[in-house]
Amino acid sequence: MLKIDNLHVRVGDAEILKGLSLAVPAGEVHAVMGPNGAGKSTLAYALAGRPGYEVTAGSATLDGLDLVGLTPDARAALGVFLSFQYPVAIPGVPALTFLRTAMNAQHKARGEPEVTAPEFLKAIRARAAELKMDFEMLRRGLNVDFSGGEKKRMEILQMMMLSPRLAILDETDSGLDIDALRIVSDGVNALRAPDRAMLVITHYQRLLDHIRPDRVHVLAGGRIVASGGPELALELEASGYDRYASAA
Amino acid sequence: MSLARAIETGDLAELPSRRDEDWRWTDLRGLVRQPLSRSEALEKPVGAGGPFEGLGLVELVLANGRLNWWPEPGDESSRGVDVAVHDTPSAPHLSATMPMAKLAANKADDPRALILTFKGNENPAALIRVVSRTNESAHHGRVGVIVESGVRATLFESYEGEGSGYFSNTLLEFYLAKDARLERLVIADDAPTAVSISSAEVHLAPGAHFAQTVIATGAKRQRIETRVRHPGGGAEARLDGLYLVAGQRHADLTTVVIHEGPGGTTNQLTKGVVTDQGRGVFQGRIEVRPCADGTDARMGHHALVLGDRAEVDAKPELEIWADDVVCSHGNTVGALDEEALFYARQRGIPEAEARAMLTEAFLGEVIARIEHEEARQAVAAFMAGRLT
Repeated sequence: MLKIDNLHVRVGDAEILKGLSLAVPAGEVHAVMGPNGAGKSTLAYALAGRPGYEVTAGSATLDGLDLVGLTPDARAALGVFLSFQYPVAIPGVPALTFLRTAMNAQHKARGEPEVTAPEFLKAIRARAAELKMDFEMLRRGLNVDFSGGEKKRMEILQMMMLSPRLAILDETDSGLDIDALRIVSDGVNALRAPDRAMLVITHYQRLLDHIRPDRVHVLAGGRIVASGGPELALELEASGYDRYASAA
Repeated sequence: MSLARAIETGDLAELPSRRDEDWRWTDLRGLVRQPLSRSEALEKPVGAGGPFEGLGLVELVLANGRLNWWPEPGDESSRGVDVAVHDTPSAPHLSATMPMAKLAANKADDPRALILTFKGNENPAALIRVVSRTNESAHHGRVGVIVESGVRATLFESYEGEGSGYFSNTLLEFYLAKDARLERLVIADDAPTAVSISSAEVHLAPGAHFAQTVIATGAKRQRIETRVRHPGGGAEARLDGLYLVAGQRHADLTTVVIHEGPGGTTNQLTKGVVTDQGRGVFQGRIEVRPCADGTDARMGHHALVLGDRAEVDAKPELEIWADDVVCSHGNTVGALDEEALFYARQRGIPEAEARAMLTEAFLGEVIARIEHEEARQAVAAFMAGRLT
């Protein structure tokens, strides 16, 4: 499903990803762990197509289609969703308006009919309830005056509504207390599906207690330096990233 | 000074220029080198139209500087709006002091004075349309507006350019009696080749409440200027503005508030978006005289510059002579938030749509402050039409 091959990414003058290769089959959840500065967020942004993240070599394909060179919105319409480490506040655009605009933009790009207002409201009410979110909050400006936990729930809510093919979660556990972590993790686990791949990017093992990955990859120095089963995350928690610094 | 001569002679080649401090960014002189002929009177009423069409308002039309349409005295439909047409140019309540306003007063094309009075307790509302339907000619018009004590009124005002190369100069004088409330909504929709100047002088009695929102889209030169004499005594002024300038247009929102007595409030929020080679000018001055203790004055101006050749010039000024006051101002000029833009695009919203959404949201804060429901909708619709 997602196949990254020898990906090189430059940000400004610095090459951050230096030949990263990774494959996530449909239905699987893979974790990418690594020390600060390893290039974890760069991987997320490069897959989402953030301007300024220049792919200088390699490829990243979703269902065989190369994402490199597509606009961020075209990638979104193909099913790429990035849950941001630091979700952006947009004053003046209520969360409901934002999300409905996004959904309909994706539907339009895929040639699907628009979501009607009643359908949309019914669905979002149900999803918000699952995430224990106050529905009234969704009438306010997107993420404006939201707490860290509320912002992350808002990301998961959007992910549920947009139903992506590939979900990339960038440090979703940062800023979450233990209750919020459980709610968010339950939300993510509910989205596991045979036709969906997930890439969970995290510095700490803690999130992986709740979202159990099929595979764990260690990212250091801009490349995947080790891969293994869930036990690799526990091993990293115990021994740290030091030994991979030299491997990079 | 040449401006005085312009007033004396009506010679538009003597207009304010960049050498006049208040006109430094909106130089009129170079634009009108030859004396322009006077605009001709229209023979017929201009008919329905303008950005506030269809709101069912009592309507007055100034066309090419002259009264073109107004309700008959005693017209039942004019609900709390009394229109008096004085046969002489002088009338009580007309006492302009601003330079361009004086020019309008002295050289008004209509020899009659028009005074609109809001009265009664049914929240009267009226529309003044200033229509320029002429090419390469000049006209001056003026209106007096009175809001009687305790009355709560709404005034809609539109500048409608239907010609090219015209010079339109309009003066409005507002008198708000004790505890009167007026909300003024202005949409200035002039031709790109026009020079359009509107000056308002606002006199508030204690306890009066004046609120305005001006929407300017620019012209070759367009300036909407408001001066408020603020007596304090619980009187409040809200002076909001939006400018949305594209092409090679130029819009100037200038305000001056003079707090002359204790206990007055002024609150001001102006936002602008400038694209292409457009130019936006914001000049806001709040003076707090020595006797005006307890004044609360807040001013904000924020602009988005969305083009390498677009320009915004801002001059926020607080001049405080009293000791016990709360005054603040904030001023920012920048670009769209790239972080927010990427976020919206990541969720599937195409770039152009995302930019329009963020721009509209940026300006929306000003629109949300409009109290009159239908006015807010009309302004939002006008803005949305300009953003796409």
